[in-house]
Amino acid sequence: MLVMLSSPHAHGGDSVRMMMLTVVLALMPAAAVSVYLFGWLAVLLILVCMFSCLATEAVCLKLMGKSLTTLLDNSAALTGLLLALTLPALVPWWMAVVGSVFAIVLGKQVYGGLGYNIFNPALSARVILLISFPLQMTTWLTPMSAAVPPVNLYDLSTCLTLFFAGPDALKLGLDAITMASPLGHVKTEWTQGVPVAQALSNYHYSYLNAFLGLETGSIGETSVLALLLGGIFLLARHSITWHIPFSYLTTVGVLAALFSSIDPNHFASPMFHLFAGGLMLCAFFMATDPVSSPVTPVGQIVFGIGCGVLTWSIRSFGGYPEGAMFSVLLMNCAVPLIDHYFRPHVYGYDSRVDDDV
Amino acid sequence: MPAMLRNLAQRLGMMAHGFTGGIHPENHKVSATLSSEPCPLSPVHILPMKMHIGEPCSPLVAVGDHVLRGQKIAKSEGYVSVPVHAPTSGRVVRIEQYAIPHPSGMGIPSIFIESDGDDVSDDSLEPIDDWRNTDPALLRERARKCGLAGLGGAVFPTFIKLVQDSRFPIEMVVLNGIECEPWLTTDHRLMLEYADEILSGLAITMHMVHAGAAIIAIEDNKPDAATAMRQALSEREGMDDVRVVLLPTRYPQGSEKQLIYALTGREVPAGKLPMHVGVLCLNVGTARALYQAVALGQPLTERMVCISGDAMPRPGNLRVRIGTPMRYVFAHQGLEDFESVRILHGGPMMGELLPHPDVPVVKSTNGMLAMRKASFVGVHTQEQACIRCGHCGEACPASLVPNLLADQCRSDQFDKAESYHLFDCIECGACSYVCPSNIPLVHYFRYGKGQIAQQRREKSFAEASRMRSVARDMRIEQEKQTRAARRSSVRKTHAPKDAPKAEAGAEVKAISQAGESGAATVADKTEQENKD
Repeated sequence: MLVMLSSPHAHGGDSVRMMMLTVVLALMPAAAVSVYLFGWLAVLLILVCMFSCLATEAVCLKLMGKSLTTLLDNSAALTGLLLALTLPALVPWWMAVVGSVFAIVLGKQVYGGLGYNIFNPALSARVILLISFPLQMTTWLTPMSAAVPPVNLYDLSTCLTLFFAGPDALKLGLDAITMASPLGHVKTEWTQGVPVAQALSNYHYSYLNAFLGLETGSIGETSVLALLLGGIFLLARHSITWHIPFSYLTTVGVLAALFSSIDPNHFASPMFHLFAGGLMLCAFFMATDPVSSPVTPVGQIVFGIGCGVLTWSIRSFGGYPEGAMFSVLLMNCAVPLIDHYFRPHVYGYDSRVDDDV
Repeated sequence: MPAMLRNLAQRLGMMAHGFTGGIHPENHKVSATLSSEPCPLSPVHILPMKMHIGEPCSPLVAVGDHVLRGQKIAKSEGYVSVPVHAPTSGRVVRIEQYAIPHPSGMGIPSIFIESDGDDVSDDSLEPIDDWRNTDPALLRERARKCGLAGLGGAVFPTFIKLVQDSRFPIEMVVLNGIECEPWLTTDHRLMLEYADEILSGLAITMHMVHAGAAIIAIEDNKPDAATAMRQALSEREGMDDVRVVLLPTRYPQGSEKQLIYALTGREVPAGKLPMHVGVLCLNVGTARALYQAVALGQPLTERMVCISGDAMPRPGNLRVRIGTPMRYVFAHQGLEDFESVRILHGGPMMGELLPHPDVPVVKSTNGMLAMRKASFVGVHTQEQACIRCGHCGEACPASLVPNLLADQCRSDQFDKAESYHLFDCIECGACSYVCPSNIPLVHYFRYGKGQIAQQRREKSFAEASRMRSVARDMRIEQEKQTRAARRSSVRKTHAPKDAPKAEAGAEVKAISQAGESGAATVADKTEQENKD
């Protein structure tokens, strides 16, 4: 007896597993840069996050009586990788684990698992960590690309000590091995009345370094080049469409250009905004998370513009130096509304033929 | 505003139209190079009483009757219907329920004809050689009499479309030779082998609807068919306004609405027909059948069927008599063991999975595919949660948002689904094809449409009974009043018994009529409320 099945009886072969794997692959350049900057510390952070995410997911699935094969859809591994890349290098191991558990449990499984979450799991975990541990989450380790790196991060034992026992175990002062991030520096200086340009030159900021990713920051957010490569790969593989990254980055750029031309002392230039902080990672990997972004092209553009306006506003006026993650999370809330109001024009409803003939 | 811009761009020739969405499934047109052959006569033919969209037919013959090929054996009941003809000469042996090509295996009344092997034709229909000077209405009647229905697969009675309506003059006839379904090569072979007959059919169509221009639309994976049609066209006179247009291959280009948009940039308004935008769309096979009906006087008793699939020992294109059992056709092509194959009626994208091969070839049979069970493993797998990737929306030729619609159908939010244009879904299956979570979206849409139709039926039934009950209450009330009035008048006047009785009777009648009209007003009112 055959089972009755509805047409179509053909399938293109796409799968969730492959889509998630594509994103993981697209993050590889950024991961490579993070390893170059922070050595074994980055490797440890990524491994711990990915492993804790997978383990938490397994426990959740078990508790909910679901099949463990869902683990193979790669989504938990991707969440772990994304979370790790948004963390500063110096976070202690337990914080990475707590973040991963947050990401899977509160970010995803409480809503019913993959596909039902309102917020991007990795991003919501990052924000929870930032609010809970503001000091550790804004302490930036000096990378290996600095002129005089304080410790040799390519040495596994040093990194193991740093990661599991903290900087104190190495008898290093926190000030000796850390520095401010460009965004944080500009924000601090500006609140003290120093103009943006001056603050940047004090920092020895260079656009080229920021583009290549030699400045400090969250381990995977520093290199614009690596993230762009990953983004282009995603676009080429049709994992994402151009709508969100393009509208997001353009909005930030246009707003920054407009206001920095009006008041250059107060507002940073568009290049600075585009190259700084988590914007690139958010634009290509977080905002485009299919589950928590709109499905329609017009909706995606609206979503991107919203993210852009919020990011620029938080950076320019808010208390936090970086606003990309907050803006994406805020726009995530608006997705059902956007989906409802920005639907495409349906065939047959825009005709020049009169209805009453 | 976007429509205006698009219109402007099209006028300036800046933008080639092309319907939105669509997919590129693998072609698999393995039978494209195989010339068509006649399928031998089967010992028995089974003619279901409904092989078209519309009302079913009722048998005109009885068991034991001898029939000739082309003889009408069932007449249509209703306007949207076409009669059924005997596919060969023989004897009517049974009239009973028999399975039709449908996934459920459901049966409908069918006429069984045992072939006598002589294949004698019924010549009562005269060929209309001089169709150019024949009244289109007569030709239209001929198309109906010959049982023509859309042979592309939709089987809509053809004569209904072949009409001149002064309000909607047909500017252009579109011959659909797109055949965008994978595997199928029916129309392809028809265009290669019967280009001239197709053109005659087109000429007849253009005469019937008084159209000035025509386009023969072919996808660019069939350049040989385009060459054949152009060749045939160049040898003809008086068909200067007929063009062969080669469109880039994309599924579902063969869908009428999408094709019309791709060719003309006009959208058929929702709920309207192509004629409302001045277009008549006809499958190439239907055009040929029209030629046969008009110029040869042959009713529709045979059609081209593509027999293919990855489990088919000998793929081919056969000219099969309608009513031939599929098992017989498969056996003729070397497939007798159905243990490890699945049979598709039509192509893989929109075709139906048949539970068994014991069904007849019908007018809509454009293909019969035998697929290995193994090739279905990756297709119908366990559905996963929607990750809202939006690929379905990109693939949707109607620009719907399939994932939201499927959610609404699944959770029985039918009002919402309707407002998200559920009924503009053409069930092409592009969304399910691209879905990485293997969600059977089209299945949910069919479920939703079925449930809504059911609800509407129940609602109108409930409404009708409510109206009846209201009318009855009113009538009773008025009769009561009449009786009361009569009693008082009798008491007052003490008149002779006969006269007032008759008068009162008339009065009752008048009032009950008023009651009915009152009920009608109530009905109108509720209907209006419902509309609001």
